[in-house]
Amino acid sequence: MFEKIREMIAENLNIDMNTITEGASFKEDLGVDSLDLFELVMALEEEFGVEIPTEDLEELTTVGAVVKYVESHQE
Amino acid sequence: MKTEITELLGIEYPIIQGGMAWVAEYHLAAAVSEAGGLGLIGAASAPADWVREQIRKAKELTQKPFGVNIMLMSPYADDVAKVIVEEGVKVVTTGAGSPEKYMKMWKEAGVKVIPVVASVAMAKRMQRAGADAVVAEGCESGGHVGESTTMALVPQVVDAVEIPVIAAGGIADGRGIAAAFMLGARGVQMGTHFVVTTESQVHENYKDMIIHAKDIDTRVTGRTTGHPVRALRNDMTKKYLALENSGAGFEELELLTLGGLRKAVVEGDVKNGSVMSGQIAGLVKEKMSCQELIQKLVTETDALLKGTGMYE
Repeated sequence: MFEKIREMIAENLNIDMNTITEGASFKEDLGVDSLDLFELVMALEEEFGVEIPTEDLEELTTVGAVVKYVESHQE
Repeated sequence: MKTEITELLGIEYPIIQGGMAWVAEYHLAAAVSEAGGLGLIGAASAPADWVREQIRKAKELTQKPFGVNIMLMSPYADDVAKVIVEEGVKVVTTGAGSPEKYMKMWKEAGVKVIPVVASVAMAKRMQRAGADAVVAEGCESGGHVGESTTMALVPQVVDAVEIPVIAAGGIADGRGIAAAFMLGARGVQMGTHFVVTTESQVHENYKDMIIHAKDIDTRVTGRTTGHPVRALRNDMTKKYLALENSGAGFEELELLTLGGLRKAVVEGDVKNGSVMSGQIAGLVKEKMSCQELIQKLVTETDALLKGTGMYE
């Protein structure tokens, strides 16, 4: 799951794969802004068939948090 | 000018006045609606009681529909969202995030919901959440800005969603409106030109600065903080950009702009305040009433587009 999400982040936001670790913070480490985040969320929803409400976005500050979120919400 | 937007909102012309913080208060909103457009009250970070009072005062000045712009990052957003329903406001536009959590409440109350978006992904998400239309705002606009220009953003959003699109950013005359229609928009939102109308309560110094602005006079501060804001260049933007270029942190930069918009709008301190304005300020040369402005816009647009099927 981490590998897949890592690929999606790299592809959707044009970020070097090597900088994307589980502990990486979107804002501080990857320079991802709110527009980017929605971009990623839309892609994740499509890929994994999950729905990520905006209220939950606040908690999704690191790559690892996204991996965990998708894993626990996938049917 | 009948379009999907005029039909949706029950207004005469598809021209919306942006919900600018400190600027979009009830005198302006009511005047725009009276003139056949859609006026907005900008809730910004104001408490819910202030918004309620503004809505009631606007109703004393006009029977026509008007709206409220809710800034979703406001600490009072939850309360303002309720006030909109309680006071029977017909239209809400939203900024700085996604209004998904209020959507059910608003739709049940029959409020038309129009989120302001700066990307295709956001527009799609808003359509899915039940938005009635979206404002696609390009970075020519004043205040908080996105990354894409109106010219690039609008047609891409139009292609991505089924709901009608309202173009914003860089529009101040009939040519701008006609161009927006050509890009597929069916309405426009304008800010800067409405700031200098007679009914706008903004300090004359602020209005004069817009009137005298040239094409190259705006600057974007805060790109490094993730909160880019466009304003007319002055001592504040100069200091800010110098600090920002020297690698200053968010807190230090915040200090420079804290209360800056109020300083400019209310006190008229256009040297140290934040004189937010769109790039189109250079085209805005004359103060006039909202009625005169909207009639001018409609006449100009008609001259370019009437009979082309863009509107009835």
